[in-house]
Amino acid sequence: MAKKIQVTVNGKAYSHDVDPRTLLVQYLRDVLGLTGTHVGCDTSNCGACTILVDGQAVKSCTLLAVQADGSEVKTIEGMADNGTLHPLQEGFREEHGLQCGFCTPGMIMASADLLERNPNPTEHEIREALEGNFCRCTGYHNIVKSVQYAAKKISKQEKVA
Amino acid sequence: MTNYIGKAVKRVEDKRFITGKGRYTDDIVLPGMTHAYIVRSPYAHARILSVDTSAAEAMEGVVKVFTGKDIAESGINGIPTGWQVNFKNGDTMKEPPHPLLVSDKARYMGDAVAVVIAESREIARDAGDRVEVEYEELPAVADAKKATEAGAPLVHDDAPNNLCFDWELGNPKAEVNEAMSKAHHITTLEFVNQRVIPNAIEPRSAIGHFEESSDKYTLYTTSQNPHLTRLLMCAFVLGIPEHKVRVVAPDVGGGFGSKIFHYAEEALVIWCSQRLKRPVKWTADRSEAFMTDAHGRDHVSKAEMGFDQNGKIVGLRVKTYANLGAYLSTFAPCVPTWLHGTLLQGLYTTPKINVDVTGVFTHTVMVDAYRGAGRPEATYLLERLMDTAALEMKMDPVELRRKNFIPAFDGVTQPGYQTQVALQYDSGNYHGVLDRALEMVGYEKFRKEQEQARKDGKLLGIGFSTYIEACGIAPSAVVGALGARAGLYEVGQVRVQPTGKVSVYTGSHSHGQGHETTFAQVVADRLGIPMDDVEIIHGDSESVAFGMGTYGSRSLAVGGSAIVKSLDKIIEKGAKIAAHKLEASEEDLEFAEGKWTVKGTDKSVGFGDVALTAYVPHNYPAGLEPGLDFSSFYDPANFTYPFGAHVAIVEVDQETGKVRLKRFIAVDDVGNVINPMIVDGQIHGGLAQGIGQALLEGAVYDENGQLINGSYMDYTMPRADDLPSFEIDRQVTPCPHNPLGVKGAGEAGTIGSTPAVVNAVMDALSPFGIKNLEMPLTPERVWRAMNS
Amino acid sequence: MIPNSFDYHRATSVDEAIRLMAQHGMDAKLLAGGHSLLPAMKLRLNQPGVLVDIGRLAELRYIKKEGDSLVIGAGATHDDIANSEVARNTLSMLSEAANLIGDVQVRNKGTLGGSLAHADPAADWPAVMIAAHAHIELRGPNGSRTVAADDFFTGFYMTALAEDEIITAIRIPAPPKGTHSSYQKFMQPASRFAIVGCAASVTKDGGVCQKVSVALTGLSDTAFRASNVEAALTGKKLTKENIAAAAQAAGEGVMAMGDHFASEEYRLHLAKVFAKRALMAAAE
Ligand SMILES: Cc1cc2nc3c(=O)[nH]c(=O)nc-3n(C[C@H](O)[C@H](O)[C@H](O)COP(=O)(O)OP(=O)(O)OC[C@H]3O[C@@H](n4cnc5c(N)ncnc54)[C@H](O)[C@@H]3O)c2cc1C
Ligand code: FES
Ligand code: FES
Repeated sequence: MAKKIQVTVNGKAYSHDVDPRTLLVQYLRDVLGLTGTHVGCDTSNCGACTILVDGQAVKSCTLLAVQADGSEVKTIEGMADNGTLHPLQEGFREEHGLQCGFCTPGMIMASADLLERNPNPTEHEIREALEGNFCRCTGYHNIVKSVQYAAKKISKQEKVA
Repeated sequence: MTNYIGKAVKRVEDKRFITGKGRYTDDIVLPGMTHAYIVRSPYAHARILSVDTSAAEAMEGVVKVFTGKDIAESGINGIPTGWQVNFKNGDTMKEPPHPLLVSDKARYMGDAVAVVIAESREIARDAGDRVEVEYEELPAVADAKKATEAGAPLVHDDAPNNLCFDWELGNPKAEVNEAMSKAHHITTLEFVNQRVIPNAIEPRSAIGHFEESSDKYTLYTTSQNPHLTRLLMCAFVLGIPEHKVRVVAPDVGGGFGSKIFHYAEEALVIWCSQRLKRPVKWTADRSEAFMTDAHGRDHVSKAEMGFDQNGKIVGLRVKTYANLGAYLSTFAPCVPTWLHGTLLQGLYTTPKINVDVTGVFTHTVMVDAYRGAGRPEATYLLERLMDTAALEMKMDPVELRRKNFIPAFDGVTQPGYQTQVALQYDSGNYHGVLDRALEMVGYEKFRKEQEQARKDGKLLGIGFSTYIEACGIAPSAVVGALGARAGLYEVGQVRVQPTGKVSVYTGSHSHGQGHETTFAQVVADRLGIPMDDVEIIHGDSESVAFGMGTYGSRSLAVGGSAIVKSLDKIIEKGAKIAAHKLEASEEDLEFAEGKWTVKGTDKSVGFGDVALTAYVPHNYPAGLEPGLDFSSFYDPANFTYPFGAHVAIVEVDQETGKVRLKRFIAVDDVGNVINPMIVDGQIHGGLAQGIGQALLEGAVYDENGQLINGSYMDYTMPRADDLPSFEIDRQVTPCPHNPLGVKGAGEAGTIGSTPAVVNAVMDALSPFGIKNLEMPLTPERVWRAMNS
Repeated sequence: MIPNSFDYHRATSVDEAIRLMAQHGMDAKLLAGGHSLLPAMKLRLNQPGVLVDIGRLAELRYIKKEGDSLVIGAGATHDDIANSEVARNTLSMLSEAANLIGDVQVRNKGTLGGSLAHADPAADWPAVMIAAHAHIELRGPNGSRTVAADDFFTGFYMTALAEDEIITAIRIPAPPKGTHSSYQKFMQPASRFAIVGCAASVTKDGGVCQKVSVALTGLSDTAFRASNVEAALTGKKLTKENIAAAAQAAGEGVMAMGDHFASEEYRLHLAKVFAKRALMAAAE
């Protein structure tokens, strides 16, 4: 039996009837057409589907759309602000933190959660914070640098502000 | 003047990926699209007694269920292989049919039995559970060596002892035996190079779309080489006309070899779409990917290396059983033979080498090229032998290597190096990379630290690997003689638009390698125009004339060279137009920084001007065709031979056996470098995969052929916190035989790193008298070795 | 990837959840963080007909001091606990264990109550709760009751929880003065659950072990108290040697599990190593 849900995704309010078994990632991809969020596994390990729900990083493949009813959702598509890239997006480009790009949205969203909690993480802290996100291309080396780049940039911005 | 080449230009393709606008196969939705779910055998070997689709077909939203019987009755062929390796006695290899859906027997866990097509993914999945298949489980064999033993269950009735081929290369056995008999010391290793699962993070996906009105087929697929897929699918499987088929490989989320091959699902969605007149999409779940993506490695080997009393290698003898899986994947026969045996010279002057390989069918998923393909197996074997020999002969592993290195040669003023195993190395300076790596490590200081650590009860170890690989695959005539059923050239078309903007069509495919950037750097520099004026187009058979795809670290060396050939033609023709405009003779012109200048004057005409003239040929050289658009095929003269030195430093926790990788140093020589940032990235990723094989990864099949670690809950992927930051550097020895002087960087990291890590662990464990352990070096394996 | 179809109800209170569970009976399952249940449903290893979502109930999501006890609502997430000052100040093994569960994303959703109810033999919380002498508060149609963590885990994915009951809270008595604790875990490298995890709390007086509480997880079908280790250390001086000797008793007489990551023998070995490490850290 379909359930009505209301969610705000990247600042836009949506209301849909969904089959309760619809995973949030499928809702985003199939119903809203937000295909930036990816699916890399069926056991909740890879993190390719990571998004922010009410500000926290979650694996959208392990959340039903109905569970997100009433929530604020942010996906990779909502990271740039009016065409200005988020410092993490910029960091991934500047430091070559991506190759095939498949893990990238999830990496960026998980990193956003990290920088929210810990604006100035060490390499070790970055590596631990990304343990729920697999990348097969980069060996993580440049992903670490990308997050460091963003951390620096954000702290600079904050100093100015 | 060079503006872009050699610079760390930020990637052009990143913009779409970091904003979530990449377009991967599963992102594509076509009007009226249906969804496929494949019913797969849970058994590694079983007779299919019956398939009842009635309950599934009765479900609302189910469009159709096809079974192996439908496929068999349609008369289409199975999936072909692209390489032939014969038996030593000349008999052709065994090439059993590989139907899109099986009707008689399932031959590996995951073999496809039926396909459900439904209006939604959910319905297809639900209906899949209602397809009733009755199986009679049969005994299975998963291990290559056991499969050849008398009485082993047969995968194919017409392949006795499960043999696909046997093959040998190098010096005659008698000569090698003779050399070995005179050896002062022989180091012997028996080991398994375990099966690993590629695990590109994007699971495979395919959409078949047949449009009846135009009789046209479109296949969207997660492929590293769309053209080859089209050729194999049209000509060998479905028998549909190639010019009516478009294959698109859009953004692809990593491949590492596993997306080179033409898979049954690709042909299946096209076949179903043709029958149903609707688009059909199939996307693998990860569990399905574990079971059905072609795996890599899986060799059982015995290797013996003989040395004289000075530590000079006198001979090498190798016997390998290569697991091919249940059917032959696209390049399967070539990987353990021509991509493995030919690399056994390594960096050493070994005078006598013989390698003998038996290719074996087992009840497991297909094994084919995985990052490095054959070369990591060869390197592992050689480099493990070197460190083990050093230990046995009480020599320093660095000294032992130096003693045996082939001296430096540039391949221009000095000839290439002819190996005992069919290859001619192009250029090399092997001492150089090792010296630099040692400097970065601080070798002597480390040995002192290690000594102190041992006194303090800490187990530190250092391991080396000096590797060479053959890539830039490959000269067509050579590979043809070795059994390839395709050419391995590449195609590059450069189309200068009337406004001077440039569209480049390449048969290489980028799925992370950054072609859209690197290739544009080359084009922009050669033409002297801004990179923004260059667009690289790949992955669509409709726009790109032809191509052989991306694997074997071939894109820049072969695909890039094809583009350079076309650029040369553009510049040559442009000169004719420019000469006409400048009223000068062609010989008096020089082309630089995007314009043709009459030598010694300031009279010049720009590239844009010439382009416009080519398309608006009002005042134009007589007899010259209008337009500025060239396509070239580049067939390389030789393989390219990157090499390098890798060093690992590890610490072993004596209580648990857990290995921590503390440092990893890599000095690679991949020839000239167009974009150092991208090359470094390729090395990093390669290292992680090689290290993963050494310490973490490995498919585990039980004796019934069940894959028991077919999920991320059980198969250990390297994660950010398993790895250190890498310390890498580069040496440049240009490739003498391609126009860019490049060698290839895609696989080097993987090829070199695995033995370095294992050697480091063995070094750490040497106080326990341990010489060899199987990969992955899991804590329990290491702990057991220390306690036995 | 696709679960079977089910009906979904979001409960607005614990009482409503209990009513809904009673109404739907055997076919219904509670859904908290969903990080054990949904992965199983996606692989169709679990196919409930009805889900009753308690994941948003504020009345279940808290961490507070009540008198001398620390009370954690069943709906507190692993991340809530990892970041809770009161929890850390009560027993540091609570935050240590919380931080070692899965990854950030898992910790943001998964709950303490869900983990205890699920009773995965490799889960971290069961050992910590036993070592903490926690009491688990349950509520059902017939009222509330409390079960000691020691008695709660009854077997492989089995607990003392009745079909129609909900875990509402976990009550941890204040440890005596001079108590320190630690949770040490040897991770299964792929799933990152525990191959062996050991929770230990030590009450020390003048270098002597007054009280010690040790529990192990990952080793066998359920987490359990390592009474023999406790007995071996109680009253002893907290020297390295005494701790190591006591840790030798870890896993004694236990039927250990084995898999391709860790055989029975290796798990038993690790039990000793991690018991020692947890005790050493707690005795610091
Ligand atoms: C990738 C991954 C890694 C993980 N790693 C670890 C790890 O390292 N260590 C570890 O311990 N765990 C790990 N977990 C499991 C995780 O901690 C789960 O969150 C936890 O086991 C279940 O909590 P939940 O709230 O998600 O429960 P749910 O999945 O919602 O429910 C689990 C079960 O408990 C029942 N239930 C839930 N709440 C209650 C309640 N209040 N009363 C009664 N019954 C209830 C449900 O009906 C269901 O049967 C991991 C999970 C994932 C996906
Ligand atoms: S898709 Fe892999 S964790 Fe969600
Ligand atoms: S960039 Fe390809 S998986 Fe991370």
